[in-house]
Amino acid sequence: MSGASNNTGRRLKRLSFGFVLLACLGLLFTDIEVVTSEPWGELARIGIGLLTPDFLATEELGKALLNTLAFALVGVVIGNGAGFLLALVFHWPGVRQTCAFVRAIHEIFWALLFLQVFGLSTLTGVLAIALPYTGIFAKVYAEILEESDQRPWRCLPPATGWLSGFVYARLPRAFQNLKHYSLYRLECAIRSSAVLGFIGLPTLGFHLETAFNQGLYSQAAALLYLFFLMVASIRLWMRLPLLPVYLLAAIGWLPWSLHFSSELWVHFVTWDLVPAPLRGEWGSQTLSSLGRWLTPLGEHALLGAANTLILSLVALVGSGLLALGLFPLVSRLFFRLPGRSLGNALLIVLRTIPELILAFVFLLVLGPSMLPAILALALHNGAIIAHLIGRQSDSLKPLLPGPGSGRYFYEVLPRIYRPFLAFLFYRWEVIMRETAILGILGVYTLGFYIDSAFEALRFDQAFLLILMTALLNLCIDALSRALRRRLRLADTPQQVNP
Amino acid sequence: MFFRRFLPLLLCLSLNGHAATFTFTAIPDQDETLLRTRFGQVADYLSQRLGTDVAYVPVKSYAAAVGAFRNNQVQLAWFGGLSGVRARQLVPASEAIAQGEEDRSFQTYFIANTRTGLEPTEDLSTLSGDLSFAFGSKGSTSGRLMPEFHLRQQLSKAPQDWFHRVGFSGDHSRTIALVQSGAYDLGAVNFKVWERELKEGRIDTDKVKVIWKTPPYPDYQWTIRGDVDATWGEGFKAKVTRALLEMDDPALLAAFPRSGFIPARNADYQPIEAVARELGLVD
Repeated sequence: MSGASNNTGRRLKRLSFGFVLLACLGLLFTDIEVVTSEPWGELARIGIGLLTPDFLATEELGKALLNTLAFALVGVVIGNGAGFLLALVFHWPGVRQTCAFVRAIHEIFWALLFLQVFGLSTLTGVLAIALPYTGIFAKVYAEILEESDQRPWRCLPPATGWLSGFVYARLPRAFQNLKHYSLYRLECAIRSSAVLGFIGLPTLGFHLETAFNQGLYSQAAALLYLFFLMVASIRLWMRLPLLPVYLLAAIGWLPWSLHFSSELWVHFVTWDLVPAPLRGEWGSQTLSSLGRWLTPLGEHALLGAANTLILSLVALVGSGLLALGLFPLVSRLFFRLPGRSLGNALLIVLRTIPELILAFVFLLVLGPSMLPAILALALHNGAIIAHLIGRQSDSLKPLLPGPGSGRYFYEVLPRIYRPFLAFLFYRWEVIMRETAILGILGVYTLGFYIDSAFEALRFDQAFLLILMTALLNLCIDALSRALRRRLRLADTPQQVNP
Repeated sequence: MFFRRFLPLLLCLSLNGHAATFTFTAIPDQDETLLRTRFGQVADYLSQRLGTDVAYVPVKSYAAAVGAFRNNQVQLAWFGGLSGVRARQLVPASEAIAQGEEDRSFQTYFIANTRTGLEPTEDLSTLSGDLSFAFGSKGSTSGRLMPEFHLRQQLSKAPQDWFHRVGFSGDHSRTIALVQSGAYDLGAVNFKVWERELKEGRIDTDKVKVIWKTPPYPDYQWTIRGDVDATWGEGFKAKVTRALLEMDDPALLAAFPRSGFIPARNADYQPIEAVARELGLVD
């Protein structure tokens, strides 16, 4: 083994243990107390519900299902198109930052903002998905195009037009990756679309949240099963030639009526979003009242940011440990087919259930603290990473006999460790975004304060806190990129994603 | 291309969509199932009484109900005390026109998990600071505003500074579930929801019991925008008020659930506004 690789090996080790140590330190400052409780009655009801799904209890179920699909489809197609165009000019100044900014804000927060202007309308739902997805698509597409084989493009005669060069020499090399990624995003969008129901859009989440809130677990189970089915079957019904048909059907299906008044929009932007003391005429009192406005807000922002950071760090490490434990379940190197499909089913379920619902179940069992949020995030993200590295490990040709702990620790783990870390750090930004959302559950993250501000109709405070969240996200993104560079890990998921 | 094809469609639909369907909503405060079925009946009744198309829009949060009212997406809303005050602040000339008979003297019950050994009390400051407390939704009058007000009065402290832990369950039914499961020691619930769940047998009285009741306060009410007469003709507001007050079909009233509606005025909610101001929940 050469000195250089030994050196990086040591670095990887140091980094991994460093993060685990930081997470343990974070745990010391986090409220993870288990409150002794009697959850068994409620858990038994949930269990019975899962065994006796009631598909008839939900009114307008078909409509909710179609709405969920239609919002996701239209949102993804717009995000895809806009993201693709932006990917072509990703090197222009400002484009990268703007994209990073729009994707740093969670769909739910975008939706809550649009809700104030467009009301509960199709436009609100579609934009809340399309906007952040544009930012994500632009970044990932730019990376895919950059990394795909450029040789044919360079061999073109100089007189070739840009467009024909692009279409004939660059696009074909990248097309498979673009397609795979779009399909993956569609899965994400269906989740997003369902979750938008939690704040009132007429998707599956609307009924799912109600059923969970009211303890109607048979109804909730039926909705969850339909949701799994929808996500798990994407690859069966989503075919490129059929896309225009689906898209037209979705656009035709969604009600596009809109109560939009430009007066209201202007008022929202120039009045509601402006910090209260700065509205209207400024006088000698403005500065001091601005101070009074900022003091409690700043406290919330700092406390929320600290909680958000710690929670995301602990959840990140938890996801990593879980992923390392779970991935053999879906890896060809460790299990034969029947066992593996069981593992696959488990991972699909874990990564598809909205974190909010996972967290609620843990809340019942463990009582209120950060613990339910940590577990929910770790399980969800751990399952995603386990799925990805499980697939990665399938492409390895094992030298050691297996399956067994020898093969796991001495061969597979070292060989997948770098892609594993790359996935994990890539996920950090996503975990951050999701942490904010769990604030709605009463965990005092930034999201908790944002939700409170929206609930109190104080949009100026909500907006400032959302900007904070976005900023924090950008910092984490930069940090994880720097770490990946330093360790010479693959910089994007495509490089590690076969 | 998207815009070329769909913008005209969007615009034309939005103009048509505005053509006078009288729309109402109701805050999601308790039984949120089958909303469309239950409130659809109310819409049919109003439509018949008013002689115009009436539609119902379901919402998920108190803030969304206020937002829809402000945007003129709905012109009439069944609000709680606090959300009504907020809505009328945002929409000048809007008016509270009717309240439920029960809403003149509404109450919040404080409930406790029996494991805490707490007995009904008169003095909230005897509650130990080691306990945890669950409010309902952040914007709720009965689940947050009034219980917080009385706690502050009796404890001379913010609940967050007194109790070991304070959370927002988001919903009255969920508050009951969380206190019953012991996730929280104490909780504040709308008394109507408590009574309904008790009747439906969803509450295990060995696990959870009422330890304190707030003094009565005014709560839910119908609030209507001031500009409806301009759209639907002179006297429309009075017609809506009459239709609401004369609603006597038990099947319709069960949607709220109230035994009937009585007249209300903005001034009836002065006490709520004063409390909300004191707690810094409205400006």
